[in-house]
Amino acid sequence: MSDPTATSSQDIVEVDDLRVHFPVRSRGLFPRVIGQVKAVDGVSLRIPSGQTLGLVGESGCGKSTTGRAILRLAPITSGSVRLEGRDVTELTRQQLRPLRREAQMIFQDPFTSLNPRQTVGTIIAAPFRIQGVEPPGGVASAVRELMDRVGLNPEHVNRYPNEFSGGQRQRIGIARAIALRPRLIICDEPVSALDVSIQAQILNLLAGLQDEFGMSYLFIAHDLAVVRHVAQRVAVMYLGRIVESASRDELFSAPLHPYTFALMSAIPVPDPVAQAARERIVLSGDPPSPLDPPPGCAFHTRCFKAQDRCRSDAPALREMGDGHQVACHFPMAEPATDPH
Amino acid sequence: MSHDFLQINDLRVSFPTDDGVVRAVSGLTLSVGRGETLAIVGESGSGKSVTAQAIMGLLNPLATEIDGRILLDGVDLLACDPEHRRSMRGSAMAMIFQDPLSSLHPFYRVGDQLIEAVRIHQDVTKKEARTQAIDGLRRVGIPDPERRVDDYPHQLSGGMRQRVMIAMALINGPQLLIADEPTTALDVTVQAQITDLMMDLQQQTGTTMIVITHDLGVVAEMADHVCVMYGGRVVEYGTTDAVYYRPSMPYTRGLLASVPRLDGAYDEHLDPIPGNPPSLIRPPSGCVFHPRCREREAVPGDLCSTVEPDLVTAGPDHRARCHLLTEGTP
Repeated sequence: MSDPTATSSQDIVEVDDLRVHFPVRSRGLFPRVIGQVKAVDGVSLRIPSGQTLGLVGESGCGKSTTGRAILRLAPITSGSVRLEGRDVTELTRQQLRPLRREAQMIFQDPFTSLNPRQTVGTIIAAPFRIQGVEPPGGVASAVRELMDRVGLNPEHVNRYPNEFSGGQRQRIGIARAIALRPRLIICDEPVSALDVSIQAQILNLLAGLQDEFGMSYLFIAHDLAVVRHVAQRVAVMYLGRIVESASRDELFSAPLHPYTFALMSAIPVPDPVAQAARERIVLSGDPPSPLDPPPGCAFHTRCFKAQDRCRSDAPALREMGDGHQVACHFPMAEPATDPH
Repeated sequence: MSHDFLQINDLRVSFPTDDGVVRAVSGLTLSVGRGETLAIVGESGSGKSVTAQAIMGLLNPLATEIDGRILLDGVDLLACDPEHRRSMRGSAMAMIFQDPLSSLHPFYRVGDQLIEAVRIHQDVTKKEARTQAIDGLRRVGIPDPERRVDDYPHQLSGGMRQRVMIAMALINGPQLLIADEPTTALDVTVQAQITDLMMDLQQQTGTTMIVITHDLGVVAEMADHVCVMYGGRVVEYGTTDAVYYRPSMPYTRGLLASVPRLDGAYDEHLDPIPGNPPSLIRPPSGCVFHPRCREREAVPGDLCSTVEPDLVTAGPDHRARCHLLTEGTP
């Protein structure tokens, strides 16, 4: 397991104290900057070669923005992002281009992430075209091979995206992402728009591709059960910060942050008897607005363990042993069964 | 007999389109007992939402062909006078939708929308209706309802909006509440709040509930009975325990095996159902699931691809549509 503070040549991605702040402007003829949304506020993470880091959290927690910032698709306010040891934080658009061979993205919505006016063949060939790469055997045969690998019928190369189902479109997006054999793929909610029976197909496909090509994944999702299935290491975000990070087994067997604990207990399991027997903590309220985050620990407004200190003092991420890190003044005791 | 509060007999819904007739629901028969919670599970295109819309009378009669019978407490909804049916909507039966933002009018205060709902069905003054609206908001756990009643929908969070929708659905005391993916658009922690709220309110009011969802966890939590739909048909029906622990149709088994579970083994193998959902314009011959079925070898001959199986008894209060139950070789 990687220790996020140490630098290792094994890590494909090294993110240090990343901040992405978006200015909020007043309305009117002469908009002024009146505030900032701190979408990502001091995130550090590592992704080892060939492994999957799961990044989970609720909407607005900054998980997608973190993923986009790693690919420089969101403006970085401060902090640094290194890909394969190279600092990419300051690179220009021109300098970024070769980087796109190494890092790709798969999007949530297979309906809006494919150009409806291009054939599947054109879409999947785009990376070769843009990067000026001539694969051995030619682009056309490479596209057919890719289609075959992701489970699409290569004879459908001249069809348009609207002729495919959601799951098949996600396969098109995956074929495009793996075309140049990148070292890293940012998967942003890749299965949450798909039907249940199709989700497992796509998860198995992603796992098979990782085995075959040794890619690293940053797997962004709100579904803890899915993340538990795919990731070796998991980071939980709340309001722009990582509140807990640990190996998959550690995190799910002994969550330390009350938020992680509540998040897990909130997900019903598909088993009536087991579900009825589970201990549940239902958090009150909604996630707070990133425009106006609460002082102290951002989670204190919903936390069942909050005390005075939490309302004024923001806890830092600290090491609890075995690479298990938590940002909480009063972490859950092990084993984490007693919420009081 | 408890199973006769809502009775649906041989419901067929189809939409004529340029590409052909879309058979969204093909011969659905179902009953729900008073005070019970039935979950309808299925993937997109399985006909679950169309069934709900047919019960509520929300399908455009000019663009839809509906056949069959839907009896709500003895009243045939498809045969009765449209005016009578309209008066039942909101008072006898109500519905909650997936996306609370697009189901609330953005220009009107939530209070005014609730007051309107009250006054359509009850002969009360505006003031009395407002009191009912505030009580309704309080009942669904909206803090400070006296103030919130004057908010516009955009001033509320997603979870609060869904609470408003539930308040609106329940404000005239309906006997039947249909919730179409009530938690899908919400964050995980808020989902748990909403399912808890719905179960609490049902305990208090005894409302019969139909929950339409794709989330097998929500079903396990909320439902007494489960109806699994595939390709516009009921393929399995039974008590929640029976369907989860003794799934009798290969599709149900496949569905349960393809979800990663929070309480499963870490390296649990996911066993997805191969292929894609069927076309509703040109559905497969025989059993509508047979092109994706991995258990059809157990059925002799080409029965699965030629003859559509009936919904047959798989156990007490448990039925499934599969040749394996009658013709299968164990």
